[in-house]
Amino acid sequence: MSEILRLQNVSRHFSGLQALREVTLAVAKGEVLGLIGPNGAGKTTLVNTICGVTPANSGTITFDGADITKIKTYQAARRGLSRTFQIVQPFAEFTALDNVAAAALFSRPGESLKSAREEARAHLAFVGLDAQAGRSAATLTLAMRKRLELAKALAMRPKLLFLDEVNAGLNSAEVERATRLIHELAGQGITIVMIEHLMKVVLNVCTRIAVLHNGALIADGAPREVISNPAVVEAYLGQQYAHRHAGHG
Amino acid sequence: MTRANIALLILIGCVAALPLFGGAYALRLGTIACMYAILALSWNVVGGFAGYPSFATAAFFGFGAYATGVLMNDGLSLWLSVVMAAVAALLLAAMLGAVLLRLRGHYFAIASLSLAEVLRELVNNATDLTGGGMGLNIPLVSGSSVLGDAMFFFYAMLGLLLATALMAMAVAGSKLGFGLACIRQNETASSMVGLNTTLYKSVAFGLSACFVAAAGGIYAAWVHYIDPSDVFDILYSVKPIVMALMGGLGSPLGVACGAFLYLGLEEVVWRNYIQIHTGVLGLLIVMLLLFLPHGLVSLRAGMFGRKTKHV
Repeated sequence: MSEILRLQNVSRHFSGLQALREVTLAVAKGEVLGLIGPNGAGKTTLVNTICGVTPANSGTITFDGADITKIKTYQAARRGLSRTFQIVQPFAEFTALDNVAAAALFSRPGESLKSAREEARAHLAFVGLDAQAGRSAATLTLAMRKRLELAKALAMRPKLLFLDEVNAGLNSAEVERATRLIHELAGQGITIVMIEHLMKVVLNVCTRIAVLHNGALIADGAPREVISNPAVVEAYLGQQYAHRHAGHG
Repeated sequence: MTRANIALLILIGCVAALPLFGGAYALRLGTIACMYAILALSWNVVGGFAGYPSFATAAFFGFGAYATGVLMNDGLSLWLSVVMAAVAALLLAAMLGAVLLRLRGHYFAIASLSLAEVLRELVNNATDLTGGGMGLNIPLVSGSSVLGDAMFFFYAMLGLLLATALMAMAVAGSKLGFGLACIRQNETASSMVGLNTTLYKSVAFGLSACFVAAAGGIYAAWVHYIDPSDVFDILYSVKPIVMALMGGLGSPLGVACGAFLYLGLEEVVWRNYIQIHTGVLGLLIVMLLLFLPHGLVSLRAGMFGRKTKHV
């Protein structure tokens, strides 16, 4: 499998706080990489750094053969890096349809509003929100808004999709539904990097897991190996979890 | 074309009929009404569509007035001077916008407020070019008769209002307007979907400046004499915001109605309570905003609401 994204010694600090320390990580085309780690480990910062929201202080990031270390956010979006937000970011006054249309419209220069709206319908249908197309985003439930985020991200026709805790705050039926969607996307060949706390989902979906702790990468490899790695157990999963899953490994 | 846009054009058409009904006073009032509507519609592009509370209207009004005045004193015609002032304002605002519009909320408001002060000081000190604090005399344009002059400037301002309204409608219905609405609602998410927010905001700021500058230019030629404290008056920044709030933020029709309503109130209050007119006007504005927080357009939300068009 060829490489689509490579981070080389990427660091980022916020004044005194070292959020990312010399992270080196490669993502192969078509894989589903789980990014896990305790709260504050730097997972979201890592995504922000790749997308140009908080550019790296040092190190280089290559995406699809081009250096994107200093890229602006909107340029990253147009290159095919798209993401969902941990805290959903809808255009609250817009309808669900226009939310998705905005993503289709601005991620490709030259796209017209009319064709963007047409395309948006298909993405809404994919995430099961076609019945809510005319409702304003502010009136949707959290689960719906999470799926709206996903539809927006897909409307950008991503080459690489970051999913930042798409399951946080959802009940188990909703999680199951979201997991099915992720499976479908992976089946379409979209490369996915997902930040996720629910280990059940991570183990179900991901082909590889990377673990961040205090801004540094402490493990990276096949799911079963990573969850039995003592450093990961120590930093994140805890002894009880490791014990429970040892039998299944 | 939406119903609200048609209503706005009809409204402007009604204003155009004003000379049929009155003399010099009506024409003077009509000219000011058009000017206010131009300022408010222009402010609405950056303040209403994009949600950036700009206090820079006075800066571009004064800039346009002085640019036109200086050019006309150099022998250029009124039209050429006004067009050059408007283009210069467009470029100046777009460049300044690329810097200023990185600030958000209150910070942007303060920065835009200082713009008028900076320009005022520059004009004050460039005595050779602008006459400084002594002001600037501007050559007469037609000089036929008092009423002929009044008629001429009324139609000049009306024509500019029509152009401003068409610009505002075009922006509202375009990709630019859609993008500005995205920026107003959630700027972070906008750049995340590939929207070049700096470019969009700069274009909006430039568009909001150029018609204001043209209005300043026509105003200068109309009153024949300008000085810095007159054309860089902070009230030129504040009034358009009040008008937009009274009429309904974001809706060109509402904003134009707000401008006319504001002028009506201002005139009535000034005539009847000459000694306490600003106090009474202030009170009326506060009452209106308290009881009609979404402006005049909210009275007929079903007919003119701007949200309805995106279904």
